[in-house]
Amino acid sequence: MSPKGRHAAGWWALILPAFLLMTAFYVAPILQVLAISVTEPSPGLGNYERLFTSESVQRVIGTTLRIGVVTTAVALLLGYVLAYRIALAGPRAQRWWLLAVLVPLWISVLVRAFAWVTLLRRQGLVNEGLLAAGVIDQPLSLVWNEFGIIIGMVHYMVPYAVLPMLSAMREIDPRVLAAARGLGASRTGAFLRVFLPLSLPGVIAAGVLVFIFSLGFYITPAILGGGKTLMVAEWIKLQILDLIRWGLGAMMATVLVVAILATLAVFSRLVNLRRLFGAGG
Amino acid sequence: MSGPAGHALSLQGVAKRYGDFTAVQGATLEVASGEFLTLLGPSGSGKTTILMMIAGFVEPSAGRILLDGRDITALPPERRDFGMVFQGYALFPHMTVAENVAFPLRVRRMARAERDAKVRAALDLVQLDRFADRRPSQLSGGQQQRVALARALVFDPALLLLDEPLSALDKKLRAELQEELKALHRRIGRSFINVTHDQEEALSLSDRIAILNHGHVMQVGSPEALYERPATRFVADFLGKSNFIEGEAEPDAGGMALRRGRARVVARGTAPAGRALLSLRPEKIVLLPAEGAPALAEDNVVEGRIAAWSYLGTGFAVTVETPDLGAIRVHLPAWRSPVAPAEGLAVRLGWSRDAAVVVAEDAAMAPQGHAA
Ligand SMILES: Nc1ncnc2c1ncn2[C@@H]1O[C@H](COP(=O)(O)OP(=O)(O)O)[C@@H](O)[C@H]1O
Ligand SMILES: [Mg+2]
Repeated sequence: MSPKGRHAAGWWALILPAFLLMTAFYVAPILQVLAISVTEPSPGLGNYERLFTSESVQRVIGTTLRIGVVTTAVALLLGYVLAYRIALAGPRAQRWWLLAVLVPLWISVLVRAFAWVTLLRRQGLVNEGLLAAGVIDQPLSLVWNEFGIIIGMVHYMVPYAVLPMLSAMREIDPRVLAAARGLGASRTGAFLRVFLPLSLPGVIAAGVLVFIFSLGFYITPAILGGGKTLMVAEWIKLQILDLIRWGLGAMMATVLVVAILATLAVFSRLVNLRRLFGAGG
Repeated sequence: MSGPAGHALSLQGVAKRYGDFTAVQGATLEVASGEFLTLLGPSGSGKTTILMMIAGFVEPSAGRILLDGRDITALPPERRDFGMVFQGYALFPHMTVAENVAFPLRVRRMARAERDAKVRAALDLVQLDRFADRRPSQLSGGQQQRVALARALVFDPALLLLDEPLSALDKKLRAELQEELKALHRRIGRSFINVTHDQEEALSLSDRIAILNHGHVMQVGSPEALYERPATRFVADFLGKSNFIEGEAEPDAGGMALRRGRARVVARGTAPAGRALLSLRPEKIVLLPAEGAPALAEDNVVEGRIAAWSYLGTGFAVTVETPDLGAIRVHLPAWRSPVAPAEGLAVRLGWSRDAAVVVAEDAAMAPQGHAA
């Protein structure tokens, strides 16, 4: 074996314990879930057949995808504006901005979801304020529906959208933007033709991250959806814990995992465009 | 791409302050139509800042910038129509070479057929037609530099600004591209304003050079005028090498004389009585052995000993220690040298009256507000 090969073997030995732990606590249960989905209540693909026949299964998948797409779009938009602002700020201001973006990550999801409920419910701050200001004469239903779920999820996801986009924006040479201006592009022109395309790998990475996270959300939709709007994770919990339909729940969990892996596989190729764009090196 | 005649640019007392630090102090400069002007100065002397003010990226704290007599001080960069080659080129990494070059035309909404023709002509001009579909990351440094040039010239700009266009290249390539840049300038007849810290580049390319130090324009003139008649110690030292002889000035029949110790050195020009400084270029000094050589028929002759020497290929760099004038550097041609340099060898130095020029001490123009 070459010295380099032995070196590599050494590293493998180092991560072996972690690998075994992962297998025991992560891969094995997933395989078990997969097994349950084709054995309960009777062996076969009966549970998967429901994907095409059951309206309730299709509805929950549709709701999850819709909420995921809207959340991703809104979080990307807000995150892009924030990341852009941060990327253009001075080094001192940048640190404060980053702190402001990251602080919400340290607050429990549960706390944040309940905070949104108190703000958005019929007698909440937002409705009371709007009523008092005379903007509306009936309280708006801002929570216990898809709207509330999306607000809570966007709030949770924005930092995850900001970070990959910010790192892509930081790689953009400011002289390239100055060059665009000097060659006759307006501010908007320089942004649209140079900055935006160069930040695109970051946008794609952030989009994939946020979308994948959104598919598996549990606590936020459970609280802000009020049990009326079901997303996949809560639906699985319902099947397994309340209705004791293990097979159906396991089938949906498997579908979720496959959907996430497929999304990753497709976009990891796209994000590799980074190289092609020359941003990486 | 020869089009109408070039444009004239004029800087009138242009200054830039950052807080209480002054990066550029009241620069006044004229760039004639079709002229190649170089801003030459050490790193941090304010060259880029001046260029950025001309381009419109940095707003002057004082002064005016005129193009053909029209005040453009407040005009944003995209409305100035100046071509610019940035330090490090700043090519667009997500576009091909052709797309990079087409960029200025695209933002001007030029029709496609005309745009394609102009891009092709510009790529021809810099001999890059074969690389149109490559990305900048697939090009060598010299090729990237040419793309930057083509991109800056394709829209027929009023003038071309170049910020250290050759400094990222190795020496041999730099010399080649210097030639090309010079030929390009002659061909398109536009005014070029070039920034560099490389004195050889400035000497070989420019019609005129403006020498900067600590944000001051120290002296402006043709390369020859600056080299032969530097006004200050800094200019004499930065543009080529120089010996400096300090002493008491006194009138002399053929110009002036400088007394230092027992030595009396004559020079051309005049200087008021009192302390004065002479600049003497090493290659203008003749060096002969003290023993067995014919007497030197020069206006100034001093004796000394070789303290150090090194071989440079084209010549020897010799340092001669003299009793009255201190260390004097001499550049001696290596080919058929009358002296084989050796440490401690007794030698005689001679130079004519017109070899030395009076220069001002820089203290007279001390930089103000230079905190760093
Ligand atoms: N944005 C800025 N803020 C503060 N100081 C600056 C800024 N830009 C340039 N300077 C200072 O101005 C001086 C001149 O800079 P520059 O024009 O880039 O010099 P050069 O191009 O000759 O190396 C330097 O001392 C630099 O630190
Ligand atoms: Mg510079």
